[in-house]
Amino acid sequence: MITIIDYKAGNLTSVKLAFEHIGCQVQITDKAKTIGCAEKIVFPGVGAAKAAMENLENLKIIEAVKKVIANGVPFMGICIGMQLLFETSQEDNGTECLGVLAGSVKKFETKDKFCKIPQMGWNNVKIKNAHPIFAGIEDESEFYFVHSYYPACSNENNIIGQTEYADVVFTSAAGKGNLVATQFHPERSGRIGLKILENFSKWDGVC
Amino acid sequence: MLTKRIIPCLDVRNRKVTKGVRFQNNIELGDPVEMAVAYSDGGCDELVFYDITASAEERGIDIDMVAEVAKAVHIPFAVGGGIKNLEDMKQVLLAGAEKVSVNSLAVRNPDIIAEGAKLFGSQCIVLGVDPVKVEKSEKFPSGYEVTIQGFRTRMGMDALEWIKKAEGLGAGEVVVNSVDADGTQEGFEIKLTRMIAENVGIPVVASGGGGTCQHLIDVFNEGKADAAIIASMIHMGKFTIKQIKDELVAASVPIRQKW
Repeated sequence: MITIIDYKAGNLTSVKLAFEHIGCQVQITDKAKTIGCAEKIVFPGVGAAKAAMENLENLKIIEAVKKVIANGVPFMGICIGMQLLFETSQEDNGTECLGVLAGSVKKFETKDKFCKIPQMGWNNVKIKNAHPIFAGIEDESEFYFVHSYYPACSNENNIIGQTEYADVVFTSAAGKGNLVATQFHPERSGRIGLKILENFSKWDGVC
Repeated sequence: MLTKRIIPCLDVRNRKVTKGVRFQNNIELGDPVEMAVAYSDGGCDELVFYDITASAEERGIDIDMVAEVAKAVHIPFAVGGGIKNLEDMKQVLLAGAEKVSVNSLAVRNPDIIAEGAKLFGSQCIVLGVDPVKVEKSEKFPSGYEVTIQGFRTRMGMDALEWIKKAEGLGAGEVVVNSVDADGTQEGFEIKLTRMIAENVGIPVVASGGGGTCQHLIDVFNEGKADAAIIASMIHMGKFTIKQIKDELVAASVPIRQKW
C-alpha cells in the first residue's frame, strides 16, 4: 500500500493514477496517525514552499513526517515535496523547511530572454550515484519538470542525479537511506517515470 | 538540456477527434483516448485537447473523457475549450489534467487567470491566444489583434499587450495559435512566435500551420518556441512522431528521444 500525503499542495490525481496503473493500492491521507502506520510514503506537491510548510504545520503532521523518515519507512518526495526536505528555501523571502537533507533551495536566475522560468518540460537526469529507484533506467533519460526553484544539495553522497538548466547544474534526484526525492514528476514522465514509481513500490528502503 | 516539446492537438467533438481547416470542413479521425495513448506511446511530449465547439455552443466539458485520458496516459496534458469558471478548472484538474487552457473566457474575464493561478498554481494555467495579422497602428502596436470564439470575433485588443497582461496576472504558459496559418500546413508564423518569445518570460507554444519537419525546425530555431502543437501532419498519417523527432534531432534541435 502506497500512502500519499495530502497537505493541500496541488493536485494528487496524477500521482494516484500512476501508482494505480502499475498495480499499487493507494491511500491518501492528511492524518498523523495514518502516516505513522504507513508502509511506503509519497510526499508530492506543487506550489509555494511557505504555503506548503504552513499547511503541514496546520495539519500537525510535521513530526509524523520526520518520524517515519527516521524510522526507515521508504519515503519519496516529489517536486515541492523534494524541496521541503532541505533546510531552507529562498522562496517567499526565505522559508524554513524540514531539514532532513543538507542543502537549500534556490531560485533560477538567467539573463537569457529565451530561457524561461519556470523550467517547464522534459530534461535529462545524469546519474551520479546509482540508486535502486533508478534500476533499469538508462543514464540521461528525460523526465518532466515544472519548477522555478531548484535544490542545491550540500552533501555529495546524497546526490542521485543532476540536471542542467539556466546555467546551473542542480540536484534533480536525491537520496539518503530510506529517503528518495525527485524534482521532476515521475507520474508525468511516461513509461520511464512509471518505472521509477514501480522501483519505489518494490523498494525496502535499503540502498 | 531542456528539450523542445512536440504536442499533438486533439480537437474533440462528441467524443470524436476531428480536424478541419480554419475550423471548417471537419472530419472525424478517431477515439480521443485511443489516439492519446497511441501518440503518448509514439513519443509525443504532451497532449492538448480542445473541444472546438464548446465555446460557441455553450456546452459543458466532458469530465469523464478527461478522467479516462488521465487513467490511460502518464504524460502532461492540457484541456481547453468550454471552461466557464473556476469550478470547471477545478473539475478538469482533479480529473487528472496537468493544465487548463483559457482563451475566450480569459479575454472576457481576465481575473479568472489570477484566480486560477492562485488556487491551482500558475503552471496549470495556460493562456490560449488566437492572433490575426492587422496593420500596425497605435491600437495594435504588435501588428496582431486578438480574436476569440474560433476566430469568429475580433476583440480590438493588441495581441502582445494582452499576453503580457495575462502573464502578469499569472498565466504559466502561452499558446499562440496563428489565425492566418491555422490548418494550412504551410508553416508556423515564425515572426509572431518570436516576437512573443522575446517579450514574455513564460514558455511559448507555437500553434497553427505545422505541415513538415522543416516547419518545426524553423519555429524552434528561428521562432524560439519552447513547444509546438501539431495536428494535420500526424493525424492523417503523413508522419509519425518518431519520424518527426528523428528529423529534428538530425537538425540538432534538442528533443526527447527515449520514451
